[in-house]
Parts: sequence; C-alpha cells; structure tokens
Amino acid sequence: MIEPAEVERMLKARFSDAQLELVDLTGTQDHYQARIVSSAFSGKSLLEQHQLVYSALGSAMNGAIHALALKTYTPEAWAKVNGESDGRSLA
Amino acid sequence: MDEALRERIKTTIESHRVVLFMKGNKNFPQCGFSAQVIGLLKQNGADFRDVNILADADLRSGLKEYSNWPTFPQLYVNGQLVGGCDIVTSLNESGELKTLLSGGAS
Repeated sequence: MIEPAEVERMLKARFSDAQLELVDLTGTQDHYQARIVSSAFSGKSLLEQHQLVYSALGSAMNGAIHALALKTYTPEAWAKVNGESDGRSLA
Repeated sequence: MDEALRERIKTTIESHRVVLFMKGNKNFPQCGFSAQVIGLLKQNGADFRDVNILADADLRSGLKEYSNWPTFPQLYVNGQLVGGCDIVTSLNESGELKTLLSGGAS
C-alpha cells in the first residue's frame, strides 16, 4: 500500500511538467491507474515511456503498488487524442 | 542477477517467436491483466508460448531486472520485450499488434 499523494509526489519529482491523473482503482491504495502527459516522453517509444514511469516509482513497484494501469502521452499526442474525441462528440 | 539465470531467461525468450510471461497459464490465467493479454493474443490468432512466473520465483525476479520492467504479464516477440497489458492493448487498438504477431514488422 502507498498513499496516492506519495505516488503523485514521486511522479511529479520525475515529470515536473506533468499533467497527472491518478485513480485508486480499488480503494485499497495498491491498484492504481495513472494518466501522465509530459514532454519527458517526447521521442520515446511507448515501452520506453512506461519504463521511465516505473523507474520514477522505483521500489514502490516491488510490492507497495500491486498493479498500475498506465497511459502516457507527450503533450502533442494528448492534444491529438483530445482533438479526436471532440470530433467524435460533434459528429 | 547471476549469469546462469540471465542465460536461462535468454534461452526461454528465444525458445519461441512469441512468449508471454504471465501469472497462471493460457488456459487458467490467475490475474486480470494476464487474462486480457491472452484474450488479445488469441483474438489475433497468435501461436505463442506461455510461461507461468508464479511457479518460478527466480525467473519472476530475474525478468524484472532483465528488461527493467517490474510487472507481469510481459510479452516478448523475436526476443524483444513488447510491453505489458497497457501497451499490448494499445497496439491492438492501432492494429500494430496483428502486424507484429504475424511477423510483418520487427
């Protein structure tokens, strides 16, 4: 178990410009879902983006966090995703 | 990690073109994320080998270090880590998973 505020603190420490949304999926502080938008992901593959997040969380991934559903975006990719969803809602 | 374990991981990853390290096995997944990846692999008609990391503590801890990836499932294609459940799901949505599994891209 780990407090959501602590997870956010660790992520913010590594991704200072991050737009972050963290959800405790089960209410048990060990199954989280995170959406992270950061320029730190620019030029990196999805695999490398997730590895960056895991390394930011360090040893918390070995026990304290049992599961982490991840969505990572560069600011450009995130703008595109939002643009597309807006398009659908207008259609 | 000792060399014997590293070598064993390498041999396992290269034993089949598509290898999934998971919790449980393909017929009886013991974790929702593993079950989801199995579903996507089957849906794409993949021929893959499943390895139950719950039955092998050395392999489980070694793999986390080997690929700098702390969670399971882990999907490997052609000896390379593709990713976990989120990445496989995302690749499936974009259609890239099918291409990857059918050998159309490296």
